[in-house]
Amino acid sequence: MSKTVENPRAPSAPDYIRAAKGLKSWLTTTDHKRIGVMYLIAILIFFVFAMLLGLMIRLELLSPGEQFLSHDAYNRTLTLHGITMIFLFIIPSVPAVFGNFILPIQLGANDVAFPRLNLASWYFYVAGGILALITVFLGGVDTGWTFYIPYSTEAAQNVYFPIFAAFILGWSSILTGINFIVTVHRLKAPTMKWFQMPLFAWALYATSWIQVLATPVVGITLLLILTERFLGIGIFDPAKGGDPILYQHMFWIYSHPAVYIMILPGMGVASEVVSVFSRKAVFGYKFVAMSSLAIAGIGSLVWAHHMFTSGMADEARWIFSLLTFLVAIPSAVKVFNWLATMHRGSIQLDAPFLLTLAFIFLFCIGGFTGLLQGALSTDIHLHDTAFIVAHFHYTMFGGGGVMFFAALHYWFPKMFGRMYDRGVAKLSFALFFVGFNCLYFPLFLAGIAGMPRRCADYLPEYASYHRLSTIGSWILVPAVLLMLANLIRALRTGAIAPASPWGGSTLEWAVPSPPPTHQFPAVPIVEGGPYRYEEASHV
Amino acid sequence: MSELAANDGAPAASHPVPYDPVGGKLGMWLFLFTEVLLFGTLFLAFGVYLYGYTWQFRRGSAALDIPIGAINTLILLTSSLTMALAIAALQRGRRILARRFLWATIACALAFLVIKGFEWNGKFHHGLYPGGERLAELTRGEQVFFGLYFTMTGLHALHVLVGVVVILWAMRLVAIGRVSPERSVFLENTGLYWHLVDLVWIYLFPLFYLIS
Repeated sequence: MSKTVENPRAPSAPDYIRAAKGLKSWLTTTDHKRIGVMYLIAILIFFVFAMLLGLMIRLELLSPGEQFLSHDAYNRTLTLHGITMIFLFIIPSVPAVFGNFILPIQLGANDVAFPRLNLASWYFYVAGGILALITVFLGGVDTGWTFYIPYSTEAAQNVYFPIFAAFILGWSSILTGINFIVTVHRLKAPTMKWFQMPLFAWALYATSWIQVLATPVVGITLLLILTERFLGIGIFDPAKGGDPILYQHMFWIYSHPAVYIMILPGMGVASEVVSVFSRKAVFGYKFVAMSSLAIAGIGSLVWAHHMFTSGMADEARWIFSLLTFLVAIPSAVKVFNWLATMHRGSIQLDAPFLLTLAFIFLFCIGGFTGLLQGALSTDIHLHDTAFIVAHFHYTMFGGGGVMFFAALHYWFPKMFGRMYDRGVAKLSFALFFVGFNCLYFPLFLAGIAGMPRRCADYLPEYASYHRLSTIGSWILVPAVLLMLANLIRALRTGAIAPASPWGGSTLEWAVPSPPPTHQFPAVPIVEGGPYRYEEASHV
Repeated sequence: MSELAANDGAPAASHPVPYDPVGGKLGMWLFLFTEVLLFGTLFLAFGVYLYGYTWQFRRGSAALDIPIGAINTLILLTSSLTMALAIAALQRGRRILARRFLWATIACALAFLVIKGFEWNGKFHHGLYPGGERLAELTRGEQVFFGLYFTMTGLHALHVLVGVVVILWAMRLVAIGRVSPERSVFLENTGLYWHLVDLVWIYLFPLFYLIS
């Protein structure tokens, strides 16, 4: 993208970090970059916490029988791991951190449309996180993150707290979504046409629509659980004429689109990274942009594939199965376009690109195994087994989670003005990749062999799968910690990063690293598409 | 901190927010979408149960008081009118008239809530509430009907209450001049919200009162 920033800023303009000092200046800021960094800190804390819970689960499963967690404690650990990872890490991760920080800059804007609302979403997020964690001190809950009726209305535990937490986190997510949609419509640089927007912005735009349209459904559903518990209204209680299956429908009407909230922004990051590190414009830019919208659209119509074994009309089952298969098409469009982008590009193997390659590989495994569950017959066998756990972690952690780390490595120099140790980043990536597959792949096999999920104990014939899986966690967790330590160390000791360390051509690489509070003193002029590289002319 | 003092007077870590009425309204419409889906989910549940318990729902509906519901409908429609008139008055620069129309809107909202309160109270007296002894004797379909009735009208009443608070806030902003003929988007958005609250009732009324 060739663009000219007219009227270059005064050389002394301080960057957004040094613009003001003191904790108060952060907690009351409305600067989208600072809010993005505050999200990053909060999200990483919750992620490490939930990762350690996951490690506890793996340790408990090291061998058959009870190791160190009672069965109740195991169920509570598993629920807290799920709630924290889903609602506090993977849903907000890429949009709240990188969406906030990068989206306005990519669009040539100085902030999001509603900066104060943006700060309010952060406070909602933190309040929801604290509420969810308070549950631990009140004895925990073991409903699973799905809060299925009737257990969640009858269990004698403090179910109020995590449900109310999820409700508040939902509002945080909705407000961010509204903010991003209006930002794209109103604050995009006047010279930037829709098909000149970077693909990350497209992905966030599609995600924001899902956040706005799907989240209220789970909001009211969670409120209904609370009214069932408080008032005994009986909308889901068969004794009072209600239908517990209706709860599952209402829950998944949100929670299936929510998995696209988790994955679409990561796909947007992948489009950026693949293009920059292959030195080629994204192949089939319009198709990639439109496939985001297609995923958002079709993904909203497939929720009942979570319920093939719950009791549903056969016609409904095969329609939902068909729709589920259809989602694979726009997902595949993206994958093929990324590969075509790499084809004959001049590839630079750095941590963000390696992580993106890992994402494509892991997500393909996750996607293909998803088809096995979308097919009615095989799903009967695989439902509620460790296969689901493996599939879910391949798509969500291997997809959304890995792309969060890729985005972190990609935009870290822009956000903090420092470069991390690239060698250590590659090493931690290699360990991560090995550990990840070692942890989750055996669970596919265990699941096919019949190992049920969410169980603290198992029969001896599953022991070898579980042992291998737990060994994987001993590689994966140190790899993640090494990755994060490398970045944290770079904050102080890293080499000063130039404005565009990777040679990216979208607008965020045209402003200094780290950007000043007011990154565009004059509105940037945008000409041509977002991905333009001089070296690529030979292709 | 002399280098900070050299900044141009604005808070160092924030931007001035430009006034963008189109963006403000777009944001409000998106928020209204979320409200539509919030209620829409309950309407979905209503549709599912109406399909399964058709005659029980009709019997439940017969127990509701149509004149009271109709009066409340008229009151809310009137409040939507006064809200629209308030916005029109403000845009013509007649602030005092605008505030009077907003008071009228609040009066309608409170009247609605009082009437609703009497109606609910009557149901409670007859034991027709979740956990009530009379309701427990009815068919399961009627129990679901009244469960939905209290949930949906309750959530709607909560929205009316929130509307009253927002209108009061808008009146304050009009009084101190933060909302003016040139910067009227806050009041217009309040109006949009209020019309949605009205609209939800327009659907609740026939679905609960008129299906008998």
